[in-house]
Amino acid sequence: MSTDKKNGSSCSRRTVLKSGAALGAASAMPMFYTRDAWAAKDFRNNPGNASSVTIGFNVPQSGAYADEGADELRAFKLAVKHLNGEGDGGMMQTMKPMNLTGNGILGKKVEFVTGDTQTKSDAARASAKRMIEKDRVIMFSGGSSSGVAVAVQGLAQEMGVIFMAGLTHSNDTTGKDKRRYGFRHFFNAYMSGAALGPVLESEYGTNRRAYHLTADYTWGWTQEESIKNTTEALGWETAKTVRTPVGAGDFSQYITPVLNSGADVLILNHYGKDMINSLTQAIQFGLRDKNVNGKDFQIIVPLFSRLMAQGAGENIKGILGTTNWNWALQDAGSQAFVKAFGQEYGFPPSQAAHTCYVQTLLYANACEMAGTFYPPEVIKQLEGFKFDGMGNGPTEYRAEDHQCFKDVLVVKGNQNPSSQFDLLEIVQEVPRAQVEYDAKIFGGELGPYEV
Amino acid sequence: MNKLKMMPEWLIMVVFAAAILTMPIWMSPLGAAYPDLLQKFAIFGVFAIGYNILFGLTGYLSFGHAAFLGVGSYTAVWSFKLLTMNVLPAIFFSVLFAGVFAAIIGFISLRRSGIYFSILTLAFAQMSYNLAYSVLTPITNGETGLQLERDDPRIFDTAVTEGLPTTELFGLSMSGYSGFYVCAAFLIIAFYVSLRIFRSPFGLKLRAIKSNQTRMRYTGYSTRPYLLTAFVISGMYAGLAGSLMAVTDPLAGAERMQWTASGEVVLMTILGGVGTLIGPLLGVGIIKYFENIFSAINETVLHGFFDFLPSWLQEFMVFITSPFVGEGWHLTLGILFMLIVAFLPGGIMEGIDKIKSKFSKSSGQSDDSTTEAVREGA
Amino acid sequence: MDTIFLQVLNGLDKGGAYALIALGLTLVFGTLGVVNFAHGAIFMLGAFCAVSFNQLLTMSKKVKDESITFFEAFKEQPYLEIWFGDTGTMIIDYSVPISLVLAVPVMLVIGLVMERGLIRHFYKRSHAEQILFTFGMAIVLQEIIKSIFGANPIPAPAPDIVSGSAAIGAAIGLGDSVVYPWWRLIYLAFAAIVIGAVFAFLKLTTFGMVVRAGIHDKETVGLLGINIERRFTIIFGLAAVVSGLAGVMYAPILPPDYHLGMDFLVLSFVVVVVGGMGSLEGAVAAGFLLGILQSFASMNEIKSILPGIDQIIIYLVAVVILLVRPRGLMGKKGVMED
Repeated sequence: MSTDKKNGSSCSRRTVLKSGAALGAASAMPMFYTRDAWAAKDFRNNPGNASSVTIGFNVPQSGAYADEGADELRAFKLAVKHLNGEGDGGMMQTMKPMNLTGNGILGKKVEFVTGDTQTKSDAARASAKRMIEKDRVIMFSGGSSSGVAVAVQGLAQEMGVIFMAGLTHSNDTTGKDKRRYGFRHFFNAYMSGAALGPVLESEYGTNRRAYHLTADYTWGWTQEESIKNTTEALGWETAKTVRTPVGAGDFSQYITPVLNSGADVLILNHYGKDMINSLTQAIQFGLRDKNVNGKDFQIIVPLFSRLMAQGAGENIKGILGTTNWNWALQDAGSQAFVKAFGQEYGFPPSQAAHTCYVQTLLYANACEMAGTFYPPEVIKQLEGFKFDGMGNGPTEYRAEDHQCFKDVLVVKGNQNPSSQFDLLEIVQEVPRAQVEYDAKIFGGELGPYEV
Repeated sequence: MNKLKMMPEWLIMVVFAAAILTMPIWMSPLGAAYPDLLQKFAIFGVFAIGYNILFGLTGYLSFGHAAFLGVGSYTAVWSFKLLTMNVLPAIFFSVLFAGVFAAIIGFISLRRSGIYFSILTLAFAQMSYNLAYSVLTPITNGETGLQLERDDPRIFDTAVTEGLPTTELFGLSMSGYSGFYVCAAFLIIAFYVSLRIFRSPFGLKLRAIKSNQTRMRYTGYSTRPYLLTAFVISGMYAGLAGSLMAVTDPLAGAERMQWTASGEVVLMTILGGVGTLIGPLLGVGIIKYFENIFSAINETVLHGFFDFLPSWLQEFMVFITSPFVGEGWHLTLGILFMLIVAFLPGGIMEGIDKIKSKFSKSSGQSDDSTTEAVREGA
Repeated sequence: MDTIFLQVLNGLDKGGAYALIALGLTLVFGTLGVVNFAHGAIFMLGAFCAVSFNQLLTMSKKVKDESITFFEAFKEQPYLEIWFGDTGTMIIDYSVPISLVLAVPVMLVIGLVMERGLIRHFYKRSHAEQILFTFGMAIVLQEIIKSIFGANPIPAPAPDIVSGSAAIGAAIGLGDSVVYPWWRLIYLAFAAIVIGAVFAFLKLTTFGMVVRAGIHDKETVGLLGINIERRFTIIFGLAAVVSGLAGVMYAPILPPDYHLGMDFLVLSFVVVVVGGMGSLEGAVAAGFLLGILQSFASMNEIKSILPGIDQIIIYLVAVVILLVRPRGLMGKKGVMED
């Protein structure tokens, strides 16, 4: 016993000495990441003379949106390949104006790191911080929900690293919560409503009563508001708007009141799993077979995604909604992308993949145009940038709110799909002029260029 | 047997403090020495140490501690919004509010024991989460999370002209390494308080409740006040951890209160070793390391790992290992839980004890592994 | 009136699902004394039985779609349709009912392997350790499913003939707007039959009698020379079958994804505890009670008075019941305390 004790204490003493020395070293260490350290045109994660530059892809790899995350990641990898001059170049053949040369960005080879957002704000920010602090990324991108996009966009502003948002549809991302360092190519709830309006009028007339089921969180509310404004402008009545808990699973208790509410349209402001479940169940309740007020009952899903549509199976046939992009588009840019993606992976890309691919190219191109990675200069190049040849026709990154304006697709669940990927049928490509709005209506403030 | 008792407190604390403060150095070979992860280690360390005071000492398994963490975060952000960007008031109010909230929930939940207690705490936490996510959005900003705005009142600060203000401690910015050192300081204080509690008569009574509550009652002790005190203390620890999360990153989201977040601290504590002083910290280290580093390993990185092998073997190794890293990090974590519980029911601390006893021939098995752990940590 | 009637049906339907999961959980807990956090995963595996059987039946001959050159797109025709024509189509249509039969042996084997291979070693361990171990198991199971089937939900539709709604309003003299999906009515009947069968099995057979005796006093039963361990293994298998079948039948209502088990885990524990740990009757009663209360709390009339009540009703009820009745609705003294 006694020897043991002696051993123990001597060991501890030695350890203390060692740790003391280490502590001294720690306190002498310079603080790498303090703000003042990068004055005079130096900036966080400046690649300097390095031969390569790293970008970060922060996508959901676990949780409900993992499949979309996986597709985003595929698109990112493809974009990196094309930037580095491998493969056929994809949209680099069609994008214009374009300064990219297939020689990386500003002559530096592009490398990437990945991370898992878990579709949680905290995890997404932690993952983004890892990319910024440890992997020293110059830009990061990705994401599959608005909560996460808004959360990491705030971080991007604090840290001074540009964030190119992936799939996020809430008005807030480029409205109330917009940031100088955040950019969104994807469309938003307002644009969904504006694009759907005319199609709803021609398909279902001007005399309808709509019943909303809305996911009870910020994205659901903004979409409900946008769609409601559009339909009421058409002359539709709003019978009721009901909030449903996120992830409710079984929606029967919210669907049965629809049956005798006198409504003849059901609008599902749900996304992902909630959308699949509520749509599947609404159809089981026979809503689409009903005839109310002398009209056929209709269901509308304002935001569609092909990946998610698979989960709803047969039930999406004939259902109207909007989408940012679809692989069946015939313009040269979309074709080039679908071809490159299809040859690489053996199936067509989703809208999430498309927006992430485009975002990466746009960032790289802006760096080339600016001639530097210095974020304020890159941001100035992106702001107001007009381009074409990336699907969706002529597009503009509006300077006031960093929102892209482009044509929006109104789609319908395909009645007779010709292949396993042919789930959505394009009803109309709604021209950009029809979905544009004044940047002031959503408020918010971009913040400074220099942070 | 009495090794820990023989070891003076100041020595334990010096060793512990040294180990924590040098983390930026000895963590770097593991690829974990960057401010955000170090901050998370320290913050969740505080959380787990506090949780261990309740679960480790009394055996009461709470599934609702994430709610106190969430309350702490929200309070801190509101303090930044309304009062000042200085972190001290934020931390003070967070601990206070979390304590009050814990007192209310503890008062009700402690009327029951066993799994009934667990479910009561779970129910309160889930109610807090669901409401924070939806109808309480005016207070919590729902899914997006509570954030700073430029035009917040901040009555003690001068108005900012451009951009968002940052959290500070009398001018010292709370992001990056300085943020880590502040969190580390709180972790060291939290550890010291926990050490004192473990060794105090109060701690002894809590252990007595764990081993036999009925006998405790027969000897004339009313156990409820002790339990409630332990509950409130651990709730305040959670509040402190929550406020530190807001201090290093001023944003508070509802998902911090979800049952999975409560479950995480339970897993950390059990994984490391329930009722030991250091165990929970090891659990924190492992889980956070998996979440942040393991999840980021992709095939490109794997190819780098196995670069030294001939290419066919390299492909094979990448093929074998890739399901377990990157998006498969959950799978690895699940397997790890199963293995550790199956072979080391006392968590990693038991493993360390076993290794230790193999080396020292002495038969005197220590029942409190702090000494070893401190040495291990250093 | 119509609305209330429909909400009662919704509640019973939900309650049926809750009761079935809680029943399996309680069986395992009552007999083996194991807190099984992997129970939700078993429910999920059941649902994926339906999915994989559906995919098996719709194995298709792929004809390349020549109009698409960038990637391989196929026009698919299931082999069953090619070989058997309309009969094949009908078999595919009935994939969920057929997989119900198939799921029995599959779930039984999964249950037995799980118990013999893993859970058995944890009978004498603390509940905390059981929780951690089975939770790890749940994660492993769901990640395996994710790596096979992906993260998106996969539809497993009910047969065409019952995919619509029954006009029960017209049949029982309520308004025409009172309709209810056939499949949900079937689910309700199914739940009632399974619950009845489990109770009959435990109350009326000798096997059940021994098991009940074993729950009560394991040692004495063992001393009587009865191999109670073996019976408990069978009970675990039975619990897996019950939950698995509940999962199969639920697949047409809720297209399953890998996370389904975790979604139901907390809920099923709340149901079990509200019912009283170890009480089968309690689990069933609590399942239906919570289902019905949840349905009513979601009604617009109630939500307008108490906003957000549908978000928390389950937990609120749990708190109230546990405070009023210390051991849940029908719990026994001394189970899982201290």
